[in-house]
Amino acid sequence: MKKAEAKWGVLLALSGILGFILWNFGPMVASFVLAFTDWSLAGTPKFIGLTNFKELFVDFIFKKSLWVTFYFGIGSVIASGITAFLTALLLNQSIRLKSLFRTLFFLPAIVPAIANAVIWLWLFNPTFGLLNSLLQRLRFPTLNWIYDEYQVIPSLILMSAWQMGYIMVIFLAGLQGVPQQLYEAVEVSGGNWWHKFRYITIPMMTPTFFFQTVIGLIWALQGFVQPYVMTAGGPNYASTFIVFYIYQNAFRYGKMGYACGISIIFFLIVLGLTLILFKTSSFWVYYEAERGR
Amino acid sequence: MIRRKRKEFIKRLLLYVVIFLSSIIFALPFAWLVRSSFMETGQIFILPPEWIPKPFRWQNYPEALSVYPFGRYFLNNLTIVFLAELGTIITSTIAAFAFSRLRWKGRDTIFIILLTSLMVPYAVTLIPTFILWKTLKSIDTYRPLIVPAWFGGGMFNIFLLRQFFLTIPYELDEAAYIDGASPLQIIWRIIIPLSKPAILTIAIFTFMGVWGDVLGPVVYLNSPEKYTLAIGLANFVTTYVGQWNYLMAASLIVALPPLILFFIGQRFFVQGITLTGLRG
Repeated sequence: MKKAEAKWGVLLALSGILGFILWNFGPMVASFVLAFTDWSLAGTPKFIGLTNFKELFVDFIFKKSLWVTFYFGIGSVIASGITAFLTALLLNQSIRLKSLFRTLFFLPAIVPAIANAVIWLWLFNPTFGLLNSLLQRLRFPTLNWIYDEYQVIPSLILMSAWQMGYIMVIFLAGLQGVPQQLYEAVEVSGGNWWHKFRYITIPMMTPTFFFQTVIGLIWALQGFVQPYVMTAGGPNYASTFIVFYIYQNAFRYGKMGYACGISIIFFLIVLGLTLILFKTSSFWVYYEAERGR
Repeated sequence: MIRRKRKEFIKRLLLYVVIFLSSIIFALPFAWLVRSSFMETGQIFILPPEWIPKPFRWQNYPEALSVYPFGRYFLNNLTIVFLAELGTIITSTIAAFAFSRLRWKGRDTIFIILLTSLMVPYAVTLIPTFILWKTLKSIDTYRPLIVPAWFGGGMFNIFLLRQFFLTIPYELDEAAYIDGASPLQIIWRIIIPLSKPAILTIAIFTFMGVWGDVLGPVVYLNSPEKYTLAIGLANFVTTYVGQWNYLMAASLIVALPPLILFFIGQRFFVQGITLTGLRG
């Protein structure tokens, strides 16, 4: 039985293991190797040592794309995190029609990214968009939104905050998991809503916040639809996200080796960032079991 | 006493006002898309926005479908989604079973190694994967978009199903083994019937992911007749700038299937997100 079970185990897990080797591990290794070559798909890859990385080091579009990708990624995690937390707090109250409200908040997250892009092309349109008409109404100066070098990333962050539905659902589950006795304990000792919020809700939510920061960041750093459909990476490369730049190099300019170099650096940065987040988590994440010892 | 009640009432009223207004902010842009899809282009951009289409142009839909082959793209999308769904559901169920209910050497180590793939951005593996498909002469076919789904369907799905399978009592398997059942029979007769919510969840996630995917089709498909809705729409945005009413109708055609699916399976969807703390 034991032996048969082991055989079945390996056999049934095979699809997952092969999938990992074929679509993850293998391509990763290949990316590392190709990053040291010059290859335009036609012909054979030519080994050129560190040339790609030296070139990247002085490639101002690459440096700019790193900067805007992280600017957007971090901004988006913060903005959508705060939006999601506030809406989750609202939905955590005892209210009627809760599932209706939840659906409305969640709506932007279900609509495919491409359709959202169409909607926001209108919202951001400087001449007939809704946002500028609102600003005009309120007698504020109008903006150029995604058509301005310095406004494009804040605009895209705003758009990402609007699509925070998934995070909201995760936060809501976290809020519902906070033990009710803790709140009662605060009430007994005469605390008000602020004490409950500051000393119970926030600490109990930190594991959820932490997890969401890591996952959300990895997710946000991979933006592609925004530059591809909405901005073409502009103006002046101000929204050339790294994935878009990889795509351009590989599939528009045919620079496969160079594109692999970019993706390797991108991967190492994401990995480093994740490790830093995990290393520092003990400073700000409260784990019940750990303190309880 | 009365004063306290009044204070309570005002507080609740305020809560409803806040939640109502903020939910409108979230839903309004989509409502705008819906009403625009029934309007003439001229009326779409009147400011302040008008909410009743006049005249009511339902013809935008058939016309958008004929100006640009969105009908064709719709079928292409369905083909890809169906085959990818099938592969994901079958192989991720089987793999998750192996990682949760069978004991074999190295299982947990391998599982953790496989989990690291969740941290690898898609773009990092994109180029070598593209080259692999090119050497297999599969560029401009649906294979690159479908075949990977048949290899475990991605770690996220295996992870989600595994978490769910772990909650099913092992005694059920044991009893079946004593009756001489094989692992495959156990999956079919015990695990699948008890895991319908979890399987539906990954089915919904997979649908959302594949249906709206832009990068994959953009990289792998060249012939216009093979395009998916997402690329069709992306090209439409850049080529038919003037025809906003068609653009809106086409956007809604893209958005509708995920929305319908969400409304049907909302419960499973929310469950799935909370079970793993991840998004699809």
